[in-house]
Amino acid sequence: MLKQNPMAIGVGAVFSAFVLVSLLTGFEPGKAIGWNFLSFFAEMLKVLPCVFILIGLFHVWVKTETVEKHLGHKSGPLSYLWAVLLAGTTVGGLHVALPIAHALYMKRAKLGVVLAFLSAAGVCRVPMALFEASFLGWRFTCIRFAISLPLVILTSAGLAYYFEQRGYLLPDIEATGQRGGKNEL
Amino acid sequence: MLILYVLTALLLGFSLLANPRKTKHALRVALRRFMKITPAFVVMLVLVAVILYLLPEHVMVHMLARESRWVAMASALGMGSISIIPGFIAFPLCGILLERGAQYMVLSAFSTTLMMVGVVTFPLEKTYLGTTLALWRNGVSFAIAVAVAIATGLFFGELW
Repeated sequence: MLKQNPMAIGVGAVFSAFVLVSLLTGFEPGKAIGWNFLSFFAEMLKVLPCVFILIGLFHVWVKTETVEKHLGHKSGPLSYLWAVLLAGTTVGGLHVALPIAHALYMKRAKLGVVLAFLSAAGVCRVPMALFEASFLGWRFTCIRFAISLPLVILTSAGLAYYFEQRGYLLPDIEATGQRGGKNEL
Repeated sequence: MLILYVLTALLLGFSLLANPRKTKHALRVALRRFMKITPAFVVMLVLVAVILYLLPEHVMVHMLARESRWVAMASALGMGSISIIPGFIAFPLCGILLERGAQYMVLSAFSTTLMMVGVVTFPLEKTYLGTTLALWRNGVSFAIAVAVAIATGLFFGELW
């Protein structure tokens, strides 16, 4: 996994060296940055294991045909509604939505739905919306939703059309050699 | 957060009862996908750590509660795009900004770009979507954020 990613090793090595030297020499900004890293790392560790376990269960239990029927190329406009509703239930941010979106794509959801899910996860996560409304008021939140959701759906469909016309496929991260990687069981 | 743990535990339990072999496979898939994406996550965390240091909260408050609405708007779009701040920090921050006289449309620009556009999450997004599509999605999301901000300005009568 690390062999294919020299950049990550480089960044990781330089960063750890920087924080370590800062600790030894008492360089305050370096220590603060190291602390930031740790606190975000801890934040991620609270959510990500659950997310990936759920993705694993999804991969094993949910049939490709089911996803394809409701979110795939033969599905109607309703598929975008499912994408938005699904996005509403996610937690975290893009870093959580991305692996889920990719898992949906591997199960043959269409690109437009995947993109709509991703962007909608930024706009309308339910816990976040409640929080937002309590600080900024319902009027603010409603306007934000009413304007951004239709735009998200329209642009996602548009982008997907543009990219799919050109035969674009998302990177196959697991290198299974095929989209919708078959169950190896 | 607790709901997520309970849900995961329940589903995992059911799965284990229904078919231990499949469950083991699911866990292997989970681990494999997690490992594949770890390098991109590390790069993202490093970026977040550095940017959060360079742009601490008081600097953001200072920039967004500016007199000049267009300067405030531009900084909202810029800072919102660059950083990712968890909602539990971002919205109280918006609340503070509102008290300090920041405009609704500036807050709208800030919170929308914050959630939808991600410069620091880009290494991660690139891995999942490919560079071209990731660039496009972020560009389009930025445009949406501008549109939403302008609409918010209209509705709250801040534009004229």
